[in-house]
Amino acid sequence: MNRLKAILTALGHGITERLWRLGFAARFFFLLLVHSGQTFSRPRLLLREIWFSGVLSLVIILVSGLFVGLVLGLQGYETLQRYGSSEALGILVALSLVRELGPVVAALLFASRAGSAVTAEIGLMKATEQLKAMDMMAVNPIARVVAPRFWGGVISMPLLAALFSAVGVFGGYLIGVVFIGVDEGSFWSQMQASVDFRTDIMNGIIKSFVFGIAVALIAVFEGYDSIPTAEGVSRAITRTVVTSALAILALDFVLTSFMFRGL
Amino acid sequence: MPGFAFFIAEDQTSVTSAEPLVEISGLHFSYDQKPVLAGIDMVFPRGKLIAIMGGSGCGKTTLLRLIGGQLSPSSGAVRVSGQEVHKMGQSGLYALRRRMGMLFQFGALFTDISVFDNVAFALREHTDLPEELIRDLVLMKLNAVGLRGACDLMPNELSGGMARRVALARAIALDPMLMMYDEPFTGLDPISLGVIGQLIRRLNDALGATSVMVTHDIQETMLIVDYIYFMSAGRVVAEGTPDEIRASTDPFVHQFVHAEADGPVRFHYPAPDLEQSLLGAASGGRA
Ligand SMILES: Nc1ncnc2c1ncn2[C@@H]1O[C@H](COP(=O)(O)OP(=O)(O)O)[C@@H](O)[C@H]1O
Ligand SMILES: [Mg+2]
Repeated sequence: MNRLKAILTALGHGITERLWRLGFAARFFFLLLVHSGQTFSRPRLLLREIWFSGVLSLVIILVSGLFVGLVLGLQGYETLQRYGSSEALGILVALSLVRELGPVVAALLFASRAGSAVTAEIGLMKATEQLKAMDMMAVNPIARVVAPRFWGGVISMPLLAALFSAVGVFGGYLIGVVFIGVDEGSFWSQMQASVDFRTDIMNGIIKSFVFGIAVALIAVFEGYDSIPTAEGVSRAITRTVVTSALAILALDFVLTSFMFRGL
Repeated sequence: MPGFAFFIAEDQTSVTSAEPLVEISGLHFSYDQKPVLAGIDMVFPRGKLIAIMGGSGCGKTTLLRLIGGQLSPSSGAVRVSGQEVHKMGQSGLYALRRRMGMLFQFGALFTDISVFDNVAFALREHTDLPEELIRDLVLMKLNAVGLRGACDLMPNELSGGMARRVALARAIALDPMLMMYDEPFTGLDPISLGVIGQLIRRLNDALGATSVMVTHDIQETMLIVDYIYFMSAGRVVAEGTPDEIRASTDPFVHQFVHAEADGPVRFHYPAPDLEQSLLGAASGGRA
């Protein structure tokens, strides 16, 4: 009986605590938007963050994209040639990447490469009182530190996802056309004929944009809300990666079910 | 140090007025349920260097953060330059903070930018001065703390005493009317300690500023300050000029000045009786 009570109490505490945090996050997001003006009136702040989260994620995004494309080429060819339609490889590779793998895998990589770095940076600035010092210097840390990092992430994400898809398609081409010998003309022409700009490419971009907002918000919030100690920051980084991954996959399901309902 | 006159022109009129720069009255503050300050009254006259002394954890840092408006009191008021700090909106508060400088206990330098950019930070954020002028001002501030040569170093390349001095240069970048120092002497060797102490005094006089220094280094403090407040358990327990303090027979002041371990200030954090705690632990842990 006592045990049950303890479990229920803990559960209740857990739930109220989560709800509180959700409330904090919503308030934080609102403040972030209110204080975003400076980010766009001082492009150097924004460019610096795009450099840090976007450009420095390029290597891992490009290499991963290439490998995913290579694997898609192999697996796709293996399956398609059983039904004698191996020239449809281009469609399979392109659609898988543009609709799903590009946005989702790029966002997962982005969360672990850039999201964790942003959380660590903001968390350490908090732990070493840099944010308080900035606030005492009459510079709002949300406007100066948080908002540029958020927007840097939001802007980088769709670009990285697009690059991931492009490199992936090239990987599929390498395996399919160059190594296996699928007909090059039909590889490209079938891809062009079947990939629709609005339903496929636009939807992919919308997805990666939404993932970008989710990952960037989680990363800056976890950093800003971290307990200002070494252990607190390390836990915040872990939470960024885990929460982002779950958010990306859950959002992907929701978005996909809206976008491709008719198919 | 000719550069220091740069921003204080607007302040000249008020410097001469007799009204004190900071007035703290009946200040109470608690973290959640834990009371920290229980009715503080202090007055910082313009142009003076004031020390606030007291044991660790007695609420000195909290008091500075209340003066700077980063925390709000549960009751009582802080008036800076006649304005009540906690009745101002965000923009009023930020306008006030541009004229305050704070040296944080651990420096709190921005670790991703150089020493030069740290000192230039507030100038770049709050003024439209051309880069050459900012450069001159920054080098002048760094020169005042003796670190002009270190301007290209990154904060992680500085020793503790150097970092403290860079933080000091950063805090005075906008020529504040009120300087707050949070334990400027902790972790410094005796030489750096003397250097920082002299700097604090010199800067206060050169800037025409008013300074508050939180510290527990009684010897160094007695040499440089104009007035001392002693705090204990969230209250002011003694105050006076260094001469008055030396002559004081107050048991608290005596304990502090002579660095005795136990006296009115207890060595132990409040806890149940040791014997009971130990017995309690043996018979199955905390109740
Ligand atoms: N953020 C906080 N949350 C809860 N308690 C705090 C916090 N900061 C400080 N305290 C507590 O308030 C008291 C005063 O702290 P502080 O002002 O930092 O002391 P001092 O600077 O005099 O050493 C301490 O007992 C400390 O444990
Ligand atoms: Mg302190």
